[in-house]
Amino acid sequence: MTDMPAPAKSANARQSGSFEHLVYVLRANPVTLLAFGLFAFLIFCALFGPSVVPYDPLETNAAKALQPPSMEHWFGTDQIGRDVFSRVIVATRLDLSISVAAVALSFVVGSILGAIAGYWGGWLDIILNRFLDTIMAFPLFVLAMGIVAALGNTIENIIYATAIINMPFYARLVRAEVNIRRDAGFARAAKLSGNSDLRVLALHIFPNALPPMMVQVSLNLGWAILNAAGLSFIGLGVRPPTPEWGIMVAEGANFIVSGEWWLAVFPGLWLMIAVFTFNLLGDGLRDIVDPRKRT
Amino acid sequence: MLNVRNLAVSFQTRRGQVDAVRGISFDLAKGEILGIVGESGSGKSVTSYALMRILDAGGVIRAGEASYSGTDLRRASERNMRDIRGREISMIFQNPRAALNPIRKVGHQIEDVLRQHGRATRQDARTKAIAALEAVRIKDAAARYDAYPFELSGGMCQRIVCAIALACDPKLLIADEPTTGLDITTQKAVMDLVRDLIRDRGMSSILITHDLGLAAQYCDRIMVMKDGQIVEQGDPVQIFSDPQHAYSRKLVDATPREGESIRSLLPPEERKALIPHKVHPRPLLEVTDLVKTYQGKSGPVHAVRGISFRIDQGQSVGLVGESGCGKSTTSEILVRLLDPTSGTILFDGQDIAGIPAQRFVKDPRRADIQMVFQDATDSLNPRHSARQTIAEPLRRLGGMGGSALAARIEELAALVGLPLPLLDRFPHQLSGGQKARVGIARAVALNPRFLILDEPTAALDVSIQAVVLNLLVDLRAKLGLSYLFVSHDLHVVRLLCDHVLVMKDGAIVEEGPAHRVMSEPTHPYTRELLAAAPKPPARRIAAA
Amino acid sequence: MLRTHPRLRAVLLRCAQAIPVVVGVVVISFVLTRALPGDPAVYFAGVMADEASIQETRVAMGLDKPLPQQFLIYVGELMRGDLGQSLTSGRAVATDLANRLPASLELTLTALLLACAIAIPLGVLAATRPGTWVDHLCRVIVTAGVSLPTFFTGIVLIYVFYYLLGIAPSPLGRLDFIYLEPEHVTGFYLIDAAIAGDWETWWGAAKQLILPAGTLALFTLAPVARMTRAAMLTALSSDFIRTARAAGLSRSRVLYGYAFRNALLPVVTTLGMVFSFALGANVLVEKVFAWPGIGSYAVEALVVSDYAAVQGFVLAMALLFVLLNLVIDLLYTAIDPRIGFDSK
Repeated sequence: MTDMPAPAKSANARQSGSFEHLVYVLRANPVTLLAFGLFAFLIFCALFGPSVVPYDPLETNAAKALQPPSMEHWFGTDQIGRDVFSRVIVATRLDLSISVAAVALSFVVGSILGAIAGYWGGWLDIILNRFLDTIMAFPLFVLAMGIVAALGNTIENIIYATAIINMPFYARLVRAEVNIRRDAGFARAAKLSGNSDLRVLALHIFPNALPPMMVQVSLNLGWAILNAAGLSFIGLGVRPPTPEWGIMVAEGANFIVSGEWWLAVFPGLWLMIAVFTFNLLGDGLRDIVDPRKRT
Repeated sequence: MLNVRNLAVSFQTRRGQVDAVRGISFDLAKGEILGIVGESGSGKSVTSYALMRILDAGGVIRAGEASYSGTDLRRASERNMRDIRGREISMIFQNPRAALNPIRKVGHQIEDVLRQHGRATRQDARTKAIAALEAVRIKDAAARYDAYPFELSGGMCQRIVCAIALACDPKLLIADEPTTGLDITTQKAVMDLVRDLIRDRGMSSILITHDLGLAAQYCDRIMVMKDGQIVEQGDPVQIFSDPQHAYSRKLVDATPREGESIRSLLPPEERKALIPHKVHPRPLLEVTDLVKTYQGKSGPVHAVRGISFRIDQGQSVGLVGESGCGKSTTSEILVRLLDPTSGTILFDGQDIAGIPAQRFVKDPRRADIQMVFQDATDSLNPRHSARQTIAEPLRRLGGMGGSALAARIEELAALVGLPLPLLDRFPHQLSGGQKARVGIARAVALNPRFLILDEPTAALDVSIQAVVLNLLVDLRAKLGLSYLFVSHDLHVVRLLCDHVLVMKDGAIVEEGPAHRVMSEPTHPYTRELLAAAPKPPARRIAAA
Repeated sequence: MLRTHPRLRAVLLRCAQAIPVVVGVVVISFVLTRALPGDPAVYFAGVMADEASIQETRVAMGLDKPLPQQFLIYVGELMRGDLGQSLTSGRAVATDLANRLPASLELTLTALLLACAIAIPLGVLAATRPGTWVDHLCRVIVTAGVSLPTFFTGIVLIYVFYYLLGIAPSPLGRLDFIYLEPEHVTGFYLIDAAIAGDWETWWGAAKQLILPAGTLALFTLAPVARMTRAAMLTALSSDFIRTARAAGLSRSRVLYGYAFRNALLPVVTTLGMVFSFALGANVLVEKVFAWPGIGSYAVEALVVSDYAAVQGFVLAMALLFVLLNLVIDLLYTAIDPRIGFDSK
């Protein structure tokens, strides 16, 4: 009953159609617009943060220790007099790089494994599923702790650990998306047109699985940031005095019970905003990609 | 009994207000069966949901009156409506399996309705539910009481839906496409049952369907709807013999009937002379003892059990059967997407069954054997424009490029009647008929010699089906193609094919020239299929 | 027997499927303990070890033997419940974990019950009243909930309820020192105190539990509410709901008897993922509130490079999670009659 005739449009209808839809979604959902704005701000901080902050994030000043937020120090100073605002902004680059690197790694590996398993099935699929089941059999944050503890306490290993625990989500999503399209008419038609299995998979099926993947990427970036910050909160990966949100919250936590709230609250708030941005962005992308799946 | 005046229903959507029903008026007398016929998007289902006040979110009755035995259906309180639903008016739906709660025993679902309307108490609910099952002629009703929907066949599920609808003896039954998705023999069984139940209980009924033939057979009066309006109403014989409105005339023409030619499906002004196609008595395809066995969870599944047949050059052969008979598996094997378990397929005298499907892609005969898929929407890559879709085989198999490619694509578009500006559209911007044309253009792009048509019109409205079938007939004559036409509908197959194979449970039970099989079927199954097809009244104006 | 009872077969099959997963978990945890880059003996002997004690550790752990043999030894030790010695406590890791496990379980389970008790009604309300304030509230909570780092929420709650308002007890452990520990029955203070009839202690334990459990619940609430809302919306737009409405069933019957029961299936499925998140976040919450569970044990062990303790913790958590998943799947089998049959 919803089969409306396609509206008549000019030759470049597709582009203008998508653009109109994008404008429509953004107008109907200002939250998504806000998310895009925050995202741009985070990117700006990551790229230019170190050169625009008012103080050196590592410079200590015992005379100015534990000052509450003021015009001079917007977010106050910490126990050894470092400017919390500068540290929070500078940390953006590190936190974002860790999560972007981890998500990129798991996206690539997960997509390849999932696409192969979903298309060819059989024993490849069984082995991949067993492997993923085993990874997923661990509470994921706990597995990341174990991996970093075993491989050694470095930022690279935080990235690998985060990538490993994210990978099953991509592999499963791609596997499912490829699997439902494996026998779709257009995939069979592509074979009749002389495409080999690999071409059908790479050029016809995989591109159609990309939109849900992008939603997953966005949601996952937020989760990856949380994980990395959580690991450094318990003392893994990033070491002091490097500015990083998780470790700053951990250091500030000791001062909460005596009322110096700004040490922990501002980096925590920033962390939250970053994660929030990616989650909103993911929901917004989901809206743009498929309005029906809106939840 | 039911009076509807100027009823208008609209939906609030993201694209603004959509008027689904635009002011329709009709009456229904006691004991009458009214058919509402229309193609998809005509507003026929929305009308019935509006009467029951069960419109989906965003739908509102914008204007008009509807009264049932003196009750104002538009203004009645929700509590009153609840008493009317199920007890006075009830409904059965398409896709019966989905219409039942998947995790509740069917007996309990009937009990829910009985107890809601105070027809049963906790003590006697079970007995009464079993009686309701027996009333829809379910054998061994006591055992079925404990079944879940997933354990029952589609036809059986529709009987359960009927039992729920009729449990509280309503006066009016609305049947919304009750047999869509069911096999033709099941369709007849369900429709006969519904008609008998309605007659026995002296009920009225509204049958909503896209199938004019089905409505003509079971209804006292037919109402034709288009774009939310009633274009014509009258008794079936009158509508068929002398349709007044241009749209109903088009629908009547497009409904396949006995003894008429394929051109008569089209409106008279579009009936060009048919170019006869030539059949050479040389075999193009010879299939011998083709077997396909799958390894299922509970033992082997014999999808195809050793079938043999032959298709001559230029010949069109119809493969007819109900779902699960193995006709799709057979076509997948012939087009070499699937490997047979055993058997030979001689194409031009050479066996192609031995070449694994994976390697057939590189075979020079790949271009000779092509296919038109069942669901045009599903068979087009959503991210490719019509031009890219048609270019695919030309590039990959034909090695074409540049201006030659562009010229060939436009030539093909003209051949299948696709306006050139549509070439740069994407599937979601094309209508069902346009998508079908793109699929056909892709299939004939490399001048194949053998084309498999896998229910190419199953997902299309009947008027578009008429156009596409005629296009296929014209292409056959122009390009000298041989067809294997796979379908569940003998009447459609007859229009297009010289020879017919009837398939059941993986085996061919009857074969012969199309006219012979239709007029003198020898196998009981063929007779059953023919008897199950709706028989619309004859047309007064003979076909051209 | 099995042929005639497909559901029983499905249950047994599901239990059997846990076996390869456990094997996989053991293999991964072996890889994490032994196949480290560098010399595992150095890791396990601890930071304070000298050459002799490293050598001693190497021989004691069988690290001088080939890998397959090491694996067999490792499995053999696991069978005997031997996870090695903790350097910090000097006790067997298995004993330490067993002592601290009830604290973690009490925290996690309380949080999950709390989360489900809020999230499921919220999701249902949001789905049945789309576009109203409940729906918007649900969306905000869902997005904010998954964006909140648990350690940050915990710290803010401590600041507000302990420092500013002074209504929460100091965030140190399960019970203030003025109370006596209840007699050990289950290890869950709330249950043990209730059994002993010591309501004063019960209240003391409950006060300590509220903030950490609330922190954890805020985090786990989001995915449950999100899934409930989505599943409920899907169920409500299904054909069978239209049948039920057309048959005149009451609104409550349609919503709760028909839609909600069907919506529960995907919600139960996501519980596995929620447990995974909750067990991970548990570590962070335990650290913030100095909760004496296995999570804070692992964090303390990490700080002093007590690897046997950390890896023992990882393995124990994984086995616990496998068990929880098994329970969830069996629960699913109980409410979905289709399990065990080939769908037609």
